[in-house]
Amino acid sequence: MRQFLLFITIIAVGLLFIARLFYLQIYNSSGHNLYEDNAIRKVYDYPKRGFVYDRNGELLVANQPSYDVMVIPREVEPLDTLEFCELLKIDKSQFIKKYEKARHYSPRLPSVFVSHLSKEDYAVLQEKMRKFHGFYIQKRSLRDYETTIGANVLGDIGEVNHSDIRRDPYYKMGDLKGKQGVEASYEKTLRGVKGIKFIQKDRFNKNIGPYKGGKFDTIPEQGKDITITIDAQLQAYGELLMQNKRGGIIAIEPATGEILSMVAAPTYDPNLLVGRDRSKNFTKLYNDSIAKPLFNRSLQGVYEPGSPFKLMNALIALQEDVITPEETVTCYAGYKYGNRFMKCHCHRGTRNDMVGGIQRSCNAYFANTYRKILDKTGNASKGIDTWSKHAQSFGLGNFLNNDLYVGQKGRIPDRAYYKNIYPNTFYSTYTLSNAIGQGEVATTPIQLANMAAAIANRGYYFTPHIIKNIEGETLPEQFTQPKYTTIDRENFEPVIEGMLQVYKKGTAASLQIKDIDICGKTGTVENFVKIDSVKTQLTDHSIFLAFAPKNNPKIAIAVFVENGYWGSRFAGRIASLMIEKHIKGHTTRKDMEDWLLRHTLENEYAKPFSGESFGINGYTTLQVVEEQEYYRLKKELNRINKAES
Amino acid sequence: MVRNTNRHFKFDWITIILFFLLVGFGWLNILSASHTGVTVDYFDFSQPFGKQLVFIFLTFGLVILLLAVDAKFYERFSSVIYIISMLSLVGLFIFGKNVNGATSWYGIGGMTIQPSEFAKTATALAVAKYVSDLNTNINTLKDQIQTFIIIIIPAILVLLQNDTGSTIVYGAFFFVLYREGLPKYYLTIGISILILSILSLKFGALVATITALIFVIAFHFLSKNKLRIFQSVFILIAAIAVSFGVKFFYQSILQPHQQDRISLWLRLEKDPEKLEQMKRTFAYNLNESEKAISSGGLTGRGFMEGTRTTGKFVPEQHTDYIFSTVGEEWGFVGSALVVILFVLLLLRILHLAELQKSQFSRVYGYGVASIIFIHFFINIGMVMGLIPTIGIPLPMFSYGGSGLWAFTILIFIFVKLDSNKINEW
Repeated sequence: MRQFLLFITIIAVGLLFIARLFYLQIYNSSGHNLYEDNAIRKVYDYPKRGFVYDRNGELLVANQPSYDVMVIPREVEPLDTLEFCELLKIDKSQFIKKYEKARHYSPRLPSVFVSHLSKEDYAVLQEKMRKFHGFYIQKRSLRDYETTIGANVLGDIGEVNHSDIRRDPYYKMGDLKGKQGVEASYEKTLRGVKGIKFIQKDRFNKNIGPYKGGKFDTIPEQGKDITITIDAQLQAYGELLMQNKRGGIIAIEPATGEILSMVAAPTYDPNLLVGRDRSKNFTKLYNDSIAKPLFNRSLQGVYEPGSPFKLMNALIALQEDVITPEETVTCYAGYKYGNRFMKCHCHRGTRNDMVGGIQRSCNAYFANTYRKILDKTGNASKGIDTWSKHAQSFGLGNFLNNDLYVGQKGRIPDRAYYKNIYPNTFYSTYTLSNAIGQGEVATTPIQLANMAAAIANRGYYFTPHIIKNIEGETLPEQFTQPKYTTIDRENFEPVIEGMLQVYKKGTAASLQIKDIDICGKTGTVENFVKIDSVKTQLTDHSIFLAFAPKNNPKIAIAVFVENGYWGSRFAGRIASLMIEKHIKGHTTRKDMEDWLLRHTLENEYAKPFSGESFGINGYTTLQVVEEQEYYRLKKELNRINKAES
Repeated sequence: MVRNTNRHFKFDWITIILFFLLVGFGWLNILSASHTGVTVDYFDFSQPFGKQLVFIFLTFGLVILLLAVDAKFYERFSSVIYIISMLSLVGLFIFGKNVNGATSWYGIGGMTIQPSEFAKTATALAVAKYVSDLNTNINTLKDQIQTFIIIIIPAILVLLQNDTGSTIVYGAFFFVLYREGLPKYYLTIGISILILSILSLKFGALVATITALIFVIAFHFLSKNKLRIFQSVFILIAAIAVSFGVKFFYQSILQPHQQDRISLWLRLEKDPEKLEQMKRTFAYNLNESEKAISSGGLTGRGFMEGTRTTGKFVPEQHTDYIFSTVGEEWGFVGSALVVILFVLLLLRILHLAELQKSQFSRVYGYGVASIIFIHFFINIGMVMGLIPTIGIPLPMFSYGGSGLWAFTILIFIFVKLDSNKINEW
């Protein structure tokens, strides 16, 4: 037996080693992935990010070089810190702090010492850089906005975070990526594909040479330029009119679905999110939880649509054949159902046909109409599903599925939605608020604008989109194929006639433009907030929906002004001016422009936070902006007008 | 007995071929691990691979010389060789050159020689000589002590030079003595102490003691050859002493770097932050070496294609960590082949040793196999993280003239003795 001890031990050790090798090399192998091999340095070559142009070819976003001062702590030699700090515009304690931070991260690897030097600082520093061993300047590319408008459209780029990297391994730490707006939705088009060089390094992180003679290296693919559907001048004009107000404007070209302007107010200067102060400014914008400048009200703001939704009810009623345009409803300054009453501002005894109903925005007329739709078969449950289906065919109640980075579904209720509240019986009167666009119905401004476009087209729409052209690519079919609504073409005419009469002699008669036939609908929406858990009513939202001209429409628009009171007061004026600006290229009603620039709603917005009781609607006074602000806005207006001519 | 008339082919060619296969493959890996440029000048003698090539050529001369000497010479002069070797170790204290903290080298001109490498061969010869003496009976305590003295002298001398790795190699002689009749309880005691030590360090002295208690009680009541009660108690007390003694030894006698290595091996550290720090400091080598091996996969990245080898991520890769090059560039297939070649060589030598008619040759052959085995076990085990870091070279593979020649001498003396077995009677 004695001679077997070593014999067996040798064989056992041999087997143990092979088992360990199997574990290390096959079972638990880290494999051949070049990207994960930390003996290979990956040097990326970043392509130029694509430019963004407006629909008229005006350059909106370009690139600018930015310079970071880098440091490799181990290579730093004693230097004249005083001079160096002066060049970098930092003080000595900051210098020490930054240096320690870099050294703590790694003495051998480069760290950013000071980021985003201005061109001027760079020019001075570059001359003297040779004196400072261990420091060098690295060029990066940042966005350069050629404009101060459209922050919510254009978006911005910022460094990727951990979850971005997890989702798409293309991104590496420190890469820039579109964060909002067009930058985000067309990220892949704009960014191009970065090139990569594989470099063999040694354990001291020194480069030895290209890995396998550069066989696997790739060259970068340039980012593509894009043209967006926005008209920069119209956008600037819209943003100006919305200053000191909150809300949104969406203007769409009905024939194509192209978004002409997309204003969200309040907004900010896109240049704030570039360069050295980006994170400081972003935090400021992000933390403004009252005005919410980063919240895109034209896309994300979900509001009850109010009276403009009456158009939808009229269309559905005609399609379902429950009324004729000539049929009249008598309004008793409201509508009585059961023991409840829905008020209306028609004079008692007014007899409204469809055109009159739209023109006067008669609540009684539409309450009647809505009930007829739901009670068509005698079964309101079935009726509301039919109603819901028609409304949804206009793109309401769901995502538009377009190329905008954010959006909201809004809400078009059906029977299933009411199942919890009304499990058993269900009558048309239960949901009568829907007749006048309040209650459970909710839309975003872009959905309303799209609805206007579908009415303008008499029955179809193109998915509203922001992309007009990508260098060397055709647009996807989803934007070039019309989407048909469930309403027949001939049923639109009475409704459109009603909308025309709104301008001719109805609720928006004061907003007419000579020689343009505008079809529109005002909206005044009651709204409530909770203040210290007490439901409190605020001044109504001002809404306007329109398209023009009546024949061969060029623009469909939805304007939403929070707490602007009645529809034609703010929203109607803005819509009217926007339409004129787009169709004529200039505006004639300077007094109306002036009125909008002069008035602010900031006092309305301050009310819920004042802690005091306050009056609303008729019990408010309209606030006027300070002279200085007025002159600023006036100057801005002149600039826009000049650029136009 | 028929005399073998063909004198040239009486050497064991299997051993010789295995030896040169390992040397050759070793050189390819030294080349990979030590080349610096894109173009390789194989005869650049300033580089390790160039120097090693010279050492290998000189090895051929050495082999011829060793095989030409009469087999009787090695047995007769074993004592002299041993004494000279011990003197060369002692001389290091006066003339030695300090490299990496160990005073193990003589500097002669531009060359360095490491006498401790040769001392293993000398000790193997001396042990063979002493044990095979007709007057020696390894079962007696006196002869056990005298053999032990032969072995412990070089072991202590290299330990004093701060070369712990080489000291441990002398443990190899346990296999030799056990084969020659060392009582079984040495094996039992040795294994028990090893298990107790590991238990004590990993789980604490108390766990080790309880384990020992359970075993002793079970043995006391279940075994056929019953121990007396005081014997069992004595064993138990010894076990407790070992359990607590090891803890004391670990904490108070071992140097910090040795504690670190054992702590790393037994995975005593659980704090992930400290583990990360360990990976940057003393565990760096092992971590890089494991990563290199594991990146090899099934078939490896190809000769001179390993990025970690090319980038010299594993320090000392051409010497002690040469096996990580094999792992990265030749993959599982190549590494397993190297393990198999070593196992075959060891089994071949063992087999030949058992066939020897003279006890001297057998004991010496056993010594050869044991010494190579310990190197093989410790070196590859260490590179793959199976045992604590102990710096000894991989025979035939690692860079270094002294090592290569020492193993050449060790093996070829045995090849010569083996070739002579026919003339023994």
